[in-house]
Amino acid sequence: MARSSGSLSRYLVTRLLLVIPMVWILLTIVFVLMRVAPGDPVQAALGGRLPQSVIEQKRHELGFDKPLIVQYGHYLGGVLTGNFGHATSQNRSVMDIVTHEGAATLELSVAAMFFALILGLGIGVLIGRFRDSPLDVVGRLFGIITYAAPVFWVGILFQLLFVAKLGVLPSSGQADVLQNIDLQNHAHTHIYVLDAIINGNWDDLRNVLVHLILPGLTLGLLVCGVFIRLVRVNVIQTLKHDYIEAARARGIGETRVVLKHAFRNALVPVVTVVGLQAALLLSGAVLTETTFNWPGIGQALILYLNQRDYAAVQGIVTVFALIVVGVSLVIDIVTALIDPRVRYS
Amino acid sequence: MTSEFMAPAATTTDAPTVRRGRFAGIRRALAPVREARGLPKWVLYVGLAIVLLFVVFAIFAPWISPYRFDQYLDSHGNRFPKSVVGGHPSAKHWFGTNALSTDVFSHIVYGSRTALEVIAIAVVISMLIGVPLGLFSGYYGGPLDRTLVLVNDAMFAFPSLLLAILIAFLLRGKFSFLGDSFSGIMSAAISITVIYIPQYFRVIRNTVISVREEPYVEAARVLGAKPRTVIAKYVFGNVVQNVPVIATLNAADALLTLAGLGFLGYGVQPTEGAEWGYDLQRALGEASGGVWWTSVYPGLAIVLLVTGLTLVGESLNDLLNPVLRRRQLLPVKITGPELEMANADAVMEERS
Repeated sequence: MARSSGSLSRYLVTRLLLVIPMVWILLTIVFVLMRVAPGDPVQAALGGRLPQSVIEQKRHELGFDKPLIVQYGHYLGGVLTGNFGHATSQNRSVMDIVTHEGAATLELSVAAMFFALILGLGIGVLIGRFRDSPLDVVGRLFGIITYAAPVFWVGILFQLLFVAKLGVLPSSGQADVLQNIDLQNHAHTHIYVLDAIINGNWDDLRNVLVHLILPGLTLGLLVCGVFIRLVRVNVIQTLKHDYIEAARARGIGETRVVLKHAFRNALVPVVTVVGLQAALLLSGAVLTETTFNWPGIGQALILYLNQRDYAAVQGIVTVFALIVVGVSLVIDIVTALIDPRVRYS
Repeated sequence: MTSEFMAPAATTTDAPTVRRGRFAGIRRALAPVREARGLPKWVLYVGLAIVLLFVVFAIFAPWISPYRFDQYLDSHGNRFPKSVVGGHPSAKHWFGTNALSTDVFSHIVYGSRTALEVIAIAVVISMLIGVPLGLFSGYYGGPLDRTLVLVNDAMFAFPSLLLAILIAFLLRGKFSFLGDSFSGIMSAAISITVIYIPQYFRVIRNTVISVREEPYVEAARVLGAKPRTVIAKYVFGNVVQNVPVIATLNAADALLTLAGLGFLGYGVQPTEGAEWGYDLQRALGEASGGVWWTSVYPGLAIVLLVTGLTLVGESLNDLLNPVLRRRQLLPVKITGPELEMANADAVMEERS
């Protein structure tokens, strides 16, 4: 027991130390990319609107007149202290953007994961159980198509069906105007679902949930293909094990065998893959947010890119990088806690 | 997505074949495709047929397409209808017209040209950079290798579309010296390239590391072959068989990235060529009004081409990867006394 906990802590320390070069490289890539950008950041964001002297002053304030290496040091130091910079085009800090728009993206991502897990686990177990049947073929085809269809096209198709044809769901936004104002005025976490629950306003909650269905489902479909494949393969493999045979021999029904015995073991690798989907989810969120006019951080990124606000873009991309590294770290630790084999390798 | 296809292939230790041309390695690597039978072959053929359809579209676009992609006037100088006012699919416009009064079917045809050009350039460039990088990094090892792997992992972890958007943003207008229609294609292709270099690097490097320790490579080294010779003659041939699989699967993914870039306005611009992702961006505003033809057809084109490329890639993987490959056994003809013996054996076996 003592030995195993020692190896676990050693694994955790190594894993934590590996984060440092990873973050450093990502930050350096971001910094270099934003510095080779055409033109001067301040000029690009404010040029034409302000006199040259003001721009010079702003350059000095933001430190753009200093040598690159000093700027680089400033940038790394800022990130270390949780200061991701300031948008040039608006009087907003990147941290402010992250807490507001980031909350909307988090809400969308959680909804997407919810749909992806339900669809992925459900379909995966079903077609793994009935392997090589027509159902299996349909299920696998579904997996391929969810991968091949661009996420924004799926979103448009949903809009055609549920908004234009059936008129049952809203086409865009995070909430209707009235509810939006209400939630903005009584904000606690900026996560609308949570805020509505905290406020005890069920009308708001219903409105927010209705707005969440289409974007969540669209982004969820993008991710669920991976789960379908994975769960199917795992169910097939687990069903070959001796203990499944033993369970069948004891006269346990096939449905119970699949759900109780095989499903649980097929679930372990899914935990790891959920974390690996973070990058895909963020890429998909940028497109989904644009499709559904969802006021999230992906849409904000595109907005600031269009305004050539390099400072804001750099800050947002930095946050993305930290999220990806952070999620993979958490997942690795969780996996190590669940699966002892990982820490011994 | 692609990682599961990239298990380093077991290496073949065949004696050198008789035919030793420059492409002997590639030819040997592709031999299983010719031998393919059964389902993988049909999957491959269906995939190839779909891809071929779009290749034909791309090459003969001006002859197949009823109008030019940016044409909005008919021969009498009358403007085509806009999508919302009478742009329904009709005899004149099979797939209808879009918000800019251009023909949707022509956009599908010319769009395949844009798509395939971007994909081809992106795949070739990322191959040309990623494969040698992986070869040398894997063969020589050392601190350079470790640094490259770290950078590679960092880029691999990062959301790929974001990276592409950033590069596309930085490259905007950088290739204007190539002319109007090609500059957009070039900058889109380069921004996509950046995502896929790490994939080639990773697979090639890992395979090289396992090949490097094989006895025949060691033998070549012992005989005094220069590192360059060892890499070119002994390592490359056994590593290159992974490339077609990654290339086709990347091509499928690259098309999705291109469409994503176009949808966000950072891909090929409307003046530079027809691009399905951009068409979908234009169609987005009309969707809730019930205009379906401007979005359904370009989307279907993307899905079809991506599926085609994926089918080719996956069946190539099944056929080329020795671990997954199921060899077709040649039927053995037994005649005369041997046949009787065999029958007797079978009967005995059945009884026991």
